[in-house]
Amino acid sequence: MRLPELVRHSWTVAAKDLLVEFRSRTAILSAAVFVVLVLVVFNFGRDPTAVSNVDLAPSILWVTFTFAAILALNRAFQLELENQALDGLLLAPIDRSSIYLGKLIANLVFVASVELIGVPLLALFFNVRVLPYVGPLLGVIALATVGFVAVGTLFSAMTVRTRVAELLLPVLLLPFMIPPLSWAVLATGRLLAGRPLSEILGWLNMLAVYDIVFVALALLLFPATVNE
Amino acid sequence: MLRAEGLRHSFGGGAVRALDDISFTVRPGQTLAVFGPNGAGKTTLLKVLAGLIQPQRGRAEVAGGRRAIGWIGHQPQLYAPLTVRENLRFWASLYDVRPPTDLLTRLGLEEHLDRPVRALSRGLVQRVAIARALLHDPTVLLLDEPFTGLDRVAAEALSQLLAQHAGAGRAAVLVTHNVEEGTGLATDVAFMRAGRFVHFAPRAGRGAAQVSEDYRNAIA
Amino acid sequence: MRMLRAGRWITAIALVLLAGVYVRALAYTPVEQSQGLAQKIFYLHVPAAIWAEMAMVFVGLASVFYLFTKDPRLDRFAAASAEVGTVFCAIVLTTGPIWGKPIWGTWWTWDARLTLTLFLFLLYVGYLLLRGAVTDPAARARFAAVLGICGMCEVPFIHLSVYMFPTLHPMPIVLKPSAPSLPWSMLQTWLLSVGVFTLLYVGFVVQRYGLSYLQEQLEAVGEVGHA
Repeated sequence: MRLPELVRHSWTVAAKDLLVEFRSRTAILSAAVFVVLVLVVFNFGRDPTAVSNVDLAPSILWVTFTFAAILALNRAFQLELENQALDGLLLAPIDRSSIYLGKLIANLVFVASVELIGVPLLALFFNVRVLPYVGPLLGVIALATVGFVAVGTLFSAMTVRTRVAELLLPVLLLPFMIPPLSWAVLATGRLLAGRPLSEILGWLNMLAVYDIVFVALALLLFPATVNE
Repeated sequence: MLRAEGLRHSFGGGAVRALDDISFTVRPGQTLAVFGPNGAGKTTLLKVLAGLIQPQRGRAEVAGGRRAIGWIGHQPQLYAPLTVRENLRFWASLYDVRPPTDLLTRLGLEEHLDRPVRALSRGLVQRVAIARALLHDPTVLLLDEPFTGLDRVAAEALSQLLAQHAGAGRAAVLVTHNVEEGTGLATDVAFMRAGRFVHFAPRAGRGAAQVSEDYRNAIA
Repeated sequence: MRMLRAGRWITAIALVLLAGVYVRALAYTPVEQSQGLAQKIFYLHVPAAIWAEMAMVFVGLASVFYLFTKDPRLDRFAAASAEVGTVFCAIVLTTGPIWGKPIWGTWWTWDARLTLTLFLFLLYVGYLLLRGAVTDPAARARFAAVLGICGMCEVPFIHLSVYMFPTLHPMPIVLKPSAPSLPWSMLQTWLLSVGVFTLLYVGFVVQRYGLSYLQEQLEAVGEVGHA
């Protein structure tokens, strides 16, 4: 299938997913509440003399972002099963990759929305200076998010068909989240502590490689998860 | 328009033989009704024809590929939180067409276009599902127990559409366990049991009663 | 049946040889200078770690070939390799802390290599859980293959991280770009142990494969339901 059609169909699928999510809004609200909850808990849980805000910040950010990702991923294929819409998607003359890419884009937009709420809230409530590093910070966040959402979208296509879907997905995803997540947390920590950009370049590279490898792999493997 | 050759497919590691060496052709203008008890493999056959399942052996070909296929099953394949219009526009864009307004009028959907699907009655949902299947003017229709749960209005609309479809020289394969409903629309009739066709012939003017009896004789 | 018997023989031989490795490691191999007796766990820990990773690579390779050929034998082999890999990974995760307590003073640290071995273990567990959760054999084989391939591709990232992060964990002294920096007597014991673990891997996988095959035959007849 040619690239423009691939892009167009992917975007159609993504737009539909986002529209459905926008109508119900439950997931984004849960995620937003969770962000605030984490901020509150971490605030009361720390000893201000022993732990500085900047040390806690990466953990706070990434806990909330991962939660948002799991939330999105659990729902991603669920809505296709509800009325057997997945069959409809498979019947349509579109490339299977469009389904995957559409879901991936929708999931990324969802997680990005949570990230765009989380970072300013963190800066605000925890008094962490974010603005000087906002470029590289967004870069780290974007790269890491693509990494685990790409794998997660692939896995959710499989787990949605099992009975323990919502339990199984995080378990399967955990080992695949940890590399990008650990690199991201370390890089975020260094960034917010004001370290020079050169120190985190290594992690940025690894995140980029991880992304390329796993998005490509997911595109290759996705048809096997939906074709019988 | 549609051809199956030597289809074989089993599930459960070989335990259930859903398709056991099925071969047939459906030409333009023909509507094939496949009758059979539950578990005979009818839905599997349709899914193989549609390309949803890759058969373990054999081939199925539909002229025009996926673009030419319209599927009507008992699941509506609609998104409940979205409106009728949004649903139809989404599915239409996957086929690179726009929802044809005359189709919507024929199915009586015009005044419901902006209502969310989850707010519609069952009969209306079925009609939207039929519209969804016909959006892209398919030349081959595959129908899986399409009359199940249809209210009278929808059932009549469907019958009319099918008659028109056949009249326009297009092909259809209809699969059901209800012999009465399917016979009237068929030009050819097949009985399926345990993955095999035990009967495959033109309807040749037989009425529903006659076909029912033939069916009982063949399957019993 | 034949595979099972062959597998049992291989495993039995390997276990006897393993006892031999123990004897050789404890009695006939010199004690290492800085770590003392605790270092001897290296002869178990490292070969187990090598095979824990190799098993995942085999799962991945079998999965790739399965997706092309749909041959159920490859799926059976992948499942067997995954189970054996899980066991070896568990060995690494238990022998590690046994060494770590006297040397580092702690059972566990969130050090790169340990953490990533833990995650290899989680990869295996996830793979086995997925297999358990899918009832249709064809879907199970396909999904497991997808996960297996992803798992195999994850392993290099795990490996890579070891060289990226400063770590408490001893750096590789045998499997590294330059020549092994181990005295010959110790290297001999180590090589022997690697050979034994290879044999153990083969023995276990052959047995497990045989069991799978028998189970599938019983399921087909309807004697045994899928767990």
